[in-house]
Amino acid sequence: MGSYILRRLLQSIVVVIGVTLVTFLALQAGGDPTYLFVSERASQEEIETTRRALGFDRPLHVQYASFVGDLARGNFGQSLSYRQPAMDIVLEALPATIELTIFSMVIALLLAIPLGVLAAINRGTAWDGSITTFAMLGQSIPNFWLGIMMILFFGLYLRWFPISGHVPFIAPMMAGDFGTAISNLPRTILHLILPGIAVGTYSLARNTRLIRSSLLEVMEQDYVRTARSKGLPEMRVLIHHALRNAWLPVVTIIGLEFGFLLGGVVVVETVFSYPGIGRLLFAAINQRDIPLVQAGVILLAGIFILLNLVVDLVYLRLDPRMKLMEGRG
Amino acid sequence: MSDHLSVPARDTAFRREIRRAARVMVEARWPIFAVIFLLAASIAAVFGPLFAPLDPNRQNLVLRLAEPMAAGPDGSVFLLGSDALGRDVFSRLLSGARVSLLVGIAAITVGGTIGIVAGLLSGYFGGWVDDLIMRVGDIQLAFPFILLAIMFLVVLGAGVWNLVLVLGVGQWVTYARIVRADTLSLREKEFVEAARALGDSTLSIIFRTILPNILAPLTVIASFNVASVILSEAALSFLGLGVPPSVPTWGSMLAESRDTLIANKWWLAVFPGVAIMLTVLSFNILGDWLRDFLDPRLRERT
Repeated sequence: MGSYILRRLLQSIVVVIGVTLVTFLALQAGGDPTYLFVSERASQEEIETTRRALGFDRPLHVQYASFVGDLARGNFGQSLSYRQPAMDIVLEALPATIELTIFSMVIALLLAIPLGVLAAINRGTAWDGSITTFAMLGQSIPNFWLGIMMILFFGLYLRWFPISGHVPFIAPMMAGDFGTAISNLPRTILHLILPGIAVGTYSLARNTRLIRSSLLEVMEQDYVRTARSKGLPEMRVLIHHALRNAWLPVVTIIGLEFGFLLGGVVVVETVFSYPGIGRLLFAAINQRDIPLVQAGVILLAGIFILLNLVVDLVYLRLDPRMKLMEGRG
Repeated sequence: MSDHLSVPARDTAFRREIRRAARVMVEARWPIFAVIFLLAASIAAVFGPLFAPLDPNRQNLVLRLAEPMAAGPDGSVFLLGSDALGRDVFSRLLSGARVSLLVGIAAITVGGTIGIVAGLLSGYFGGWVDDLIMRVGDIQLAFPFILLAIMFLVVLGAGVWNLVLVLGVGQWVTYARIVRADTLSLREKEFVEAARALGDSTLSIIFRTILPNILAPLTVIASFNVASVILSEAALSFLGLGVPPSVPTWGSMLAESRDTLIANKWWLAVFPGVAIMLTVLSFNILGDWLRDFLDPRLRERT
């Protein structure tokens, strides 16, 4: 167990190094990166000065070493459009993005379990049919379009939900202002409902299918038949025996899930003018503010790697079989 | 010499397999609609400009934001309305089909080729080759794909081929992992031993003996993959990272529709999204059908 944890930690470190390498190489992929930092009307002289000031005249490996050195010291470069440290701006937008990600995760997981179970225990009926059809549709709808459609219908036509903006909850919480945080909460959630559904639907659909199929498989196992033949009520067999194992495949992909959700968040925030990292990235892309894009990508990737690590370690505790697989990576 | 070894008992069963494929399709019903839709979309993608009632980029500032079925210029009809610059939405949708399908299929070809070669090498040679390829794959998967795509496209700039490259490279790991696992198990099979004993070269064993026997399951992955690549393409186009603005795509049409959303110009937002959804849905349904057909035992698993 100890060696597994150690190996998993080492693996995460390698991945983090990989992320810095990719982020660095992305900047070089289009040729001389100097041109990304100067205006189109810049003179040859200006270009030369900028190239030297930013260190792009040095050999690649030297540039990479200094890039990593800067990152290690917490220096993610200056945003070109804000004229402030890029990471400060990204961190300011982080709480809003965390709120949206958690909210969509809750939708994707909490609704998937009852829907998947309902479909599995009513296999072949209209329940099953409509749930699997819904799941198929959910995996085919572009999240940003779903957002636009909900804005049209629930926002502009029915006027049930706000169509843009965000009311902070985590930010006042972090500042120690619990009163504001609590009084904000209802409005925070109201603003999260439409974007949260838009982001979470894809994962909800996939998890529903996953739980349905994994439950169907588990229900045919010997130990479930034994539990039934002991005369246990069906509900008890389902909850205490079958579900326990049926939801393990879902736990395995929770880590990857965050990656999907983060990807969705980046696009959906733009649709709802939601002031998180996604909308910030969108603006940075349009202004070609490369340091800001880099800082945003590195932060999100870092969070993703950390979460994956945590999920894997939690999984180790949930599934006792993992203890036996110590020898394997 | 190795030809009859490389394809164990395939050709004799070919006709029967085709009939079974058709039967599974008819029983499942939905795959037929998927195939019909994809055929129609492919025809639109190839011959779109021939059917398009109007030039997709022709602006008409007098007939801006016309509702669906409104009269267009020169006695034509804006079947699905016109956009903020008076361009015909239906003609633009037909052009968008070309980008979506082309990018989807080209990206899968790029990613599939890289992944298959990497997986074959990894599985056949093992050792450090295997370690290197698989660790690179791990690193890539540990990175949310859309962020990777954003990073590279911001720097490389918009363009169909940059999009294909980034989306394609984003997919290779999936193929490599499956091909590797299959190659590992085939490597020890008798017909591969036989080819080796007959003195076939390593390259010939890998590409002519092993490869043909691992292709079938990949078609399932490819079908689901086209679906997710088309979704990613739409999202990137929506963010302005796709193809240049002069080429209409479903994603960029949706991006433009946001400006007129408050004014309730719903047709600009509804139709491109429906086009994306039906295309993606068709590929997903097709993937399900292929999986059922190739291995009925997998039916209940994901």
